[in-house]
Amino acid sequence: MPERAARPQPKNPILRTRQPTLPPASRSRVALGLTAAAARGCFALQVCRDCGAVQYPPREVCGACLSHRLIWRPQDGKGALITETTLRTAQELYFRERLPWRVGIVRLDAGVNLIAYLHAGVGAAPCRVRVEAALDRAGQAAFVAIPEKGRPDLSDDPKLREFTCDPRGRKILVTDGKTSVGQAIVQALVKAGADKIWIGEAEPWKKISGLEALRALPQATVIPLDVTDGGSVQELAGEIGGKVDILINTADYHRTFSINSRRGVETAQLEMDVNYFGLLRLSQAFAPMLKARAADQPSNAIAWVNLLSIFALANYSPHGTYSASKAAAFSLSQALRAELRAAGLRVINIFPGPIDDEWDQLEMPPKLSPASLATATVEALKGSVEDVYPGDVAQDWVARHLDNPKALEREAGEGAR
Amino acid sequence: MKAAKNARSRKKTLSRTMRKKSRVTERHAKKGAPVPSANDLHAVLRAAATGGIHLVDLTQTLSSDFPPIVLPPEMGQSRPFRMEEISRYDERGPAWYWNNVSFGEHTGTHFDAPIHWISGRDLPHNTTDTVPIGHFIAPACVIDCSTEAKKDADFLLTVERIKAWEKQHGRVPALSWVLMRTDWSKRIDPVAYQNLDATGQHTPGPDPDCVRFLVEERDVLGFGTETIGTDAGQAAHFSPPYPCHYYMHGAGKYGLQCLCNLDRLPATGALIVAAPLKIRRGSGSPLRVFAIVPGR
Repeated sequence: MPERAARPQPKNPILRTRQPTLPPASRSRVALGLTAAAARGCFALQVCRDCGAVQYPPREVCGACLSHRLIWRPQDGKGALITETTLRTAQELYFRERLPWRVGIVRLDAGVNLIAYLHAGVGAAPCRVRVEAALDRAGQAAFVAIPEKGRPDLSDDPKLREFTCDPRGRKILVTDGKTSVGQAIVQALVKAGADKIWIGEAEPWKKISGLEALRALPQATVIPLDVTDGGSVQELAGEIGGKVDILINTADYHRTFSINSRRGVETAQLEMDVNYFGLLRLSQAFAPMLKARAADQPSNAIAWVNLLSIFALANYSPHGTYSASKAAAFSLSQALRAELRAAGLRVINIFPGPIDDEWDQLEMPPKLSPASLATATVEALKGSVEDVYPGDVAQDWVARHLDNPKALEREAGEGAR
Repeated sequence: MKAAKNARSRKKTLSRTMRKKSRVTERHAKKGAPVPSANDLHAVLRAAATGGIHLVDLTQTLSSDFPPIVLPPEMGQSRPFRMEEISRYDERGPAWYWNNVSFGEHTGTHFDAPIHWISGRDLPHNTTDTVPIGHFIAPACVIDCSTEAKKDADFLLTVERIKAWEKQHGRVPALSWVLMRTDWSKRIDPVAYQNLDATGQHTPGPDPDCVRFLVEERDVLGFGTETIGTDAGQAAHFSPPYPCHYYMHGAGKYGLQCLCNLDRLPATGALIVAAPLKIRRGSGSPLRVFAIVPGR
């Protein structure tokens, strides 16, 4: 039986809702390399290609040999906590509100020292630990030391829970419950202990199997929502916008046409209407309300999830117009991320490859099952990432994209994936 | 073999109906008919004001809540009604409120022009901008099938039913609208209105023989319904598929669908005003349909 977290006591309505504060967010351009890796759930440090030195903090050149041939390489994070302290005073508003806070210096086996937040499971220094790069509420990489053995959740630690968007106890809007992916995500959220899930239903006259089963879940409420209809989005935002902690946009219009396999622009317009304008409508209606509740502890607004596609990175020409609509949504999600980051809200983008559903029927395996995609989505919320590339195809594409985007464009354009 | 024969006989039927139609049109324009004076027209307005005649709105409100036709998802889709605000007395336009609206030609209460169907694609005056203006006002015969439709969502109007109606109300006049009253428009829940299940839509409509009878024997102006489509929900499986579209439009006749308030019309005697938007080469259009009805 899925476990539901105990509901926090209702807040006192005569007290001001707290406003969000953020940890210091400035980073040099080179230091953003830490964030770029952390956004994908990776702890990476600079390594010198000439002398092999691992380097921290990030710099433009190698501190050992002055070479500028530095690359970012994933690290296992193993090391020793050599000393620790508990912060009891701070000038920064963010820390002032959260003191006391335990931090320590870790000597990585790779040879560098860094300061890390200490997970509650970490014993007294000195001891062995593992360092992970997590995203803090400002969206920047921060180091967290966890016990070397086992894989404790960040959300097990009351302070580090803020680095996650754990769905346990949260109120969540899933914008479309009529797709197999939307339904799988609802099931996964229930398993993860979500307190309440609103499930959007467009075109109620088109009955889709599976929705009735969700309707019967005690956590779930099926509500009318059509992201192509501004009035529908506004109305729902008016009704529940002030309650939503996490918005998961599963609305997706996927037709499988290249430029020339469908005459006219009607289908492409519908793809844009759901995938791009739908996100824009949701953003205009819900984002301000989420921002207003970003520090509404203990049950605050915390995250926004977009179900994009790996074809947003490079156009998969057999699904050319769909890819374009997802690229547009990807671009808009970056604008949304920039706006929400100021309030400490995280925007998580999921970039799946072909999904094992009716629209990717003719795609060759491997295909991502809706359940796997749902698991990846919930894992992303429980973790501390911004960008998720679930499944083999997505992993392959993103690796090729990071390596050489132009080469990927050419490969994708030839229908190869 | 049988299908081919059917197709041949259908073709013959269509050309015969076309000939008949042109004759009717000539009759319509015949000279020597009494010309109403301005006073006659003013008398109509006076009667409307004093209750000698009244108007009945037969139009559903255009809104995003009104469901559009459902087709398999890989097919081209008719856009539902959508409205996006341009400005509302704000920084986008300080003193004025207005919207951009979008919708398929066949949205809400709408008119089907003959070109809508492949059988009517080569007829003259078959588009919304070319249908004769003289057809915008026409008498209505209202066939009350509400009892049957209540019992059976797949109820089909038959020739026998029309003939029974004629026994009571007289012959269906040429160039009149035949409106099939089912009270379907009273289903305000869109799910009940669509009435879809795993075998498709279940809504009442005419059977193929009934449509041929109205076209060939009665030379009607068109056929109107309260449902989404002039054809029955299951008409995709009829022979020919969608007979009301096939025969009516093939003979230059029109369709009206998603009508309402047909229960407020007399069986005969009402005049229908139905003028589609003048869309160049349009296949149909949402429109305001109303009836002029004698008496209070």
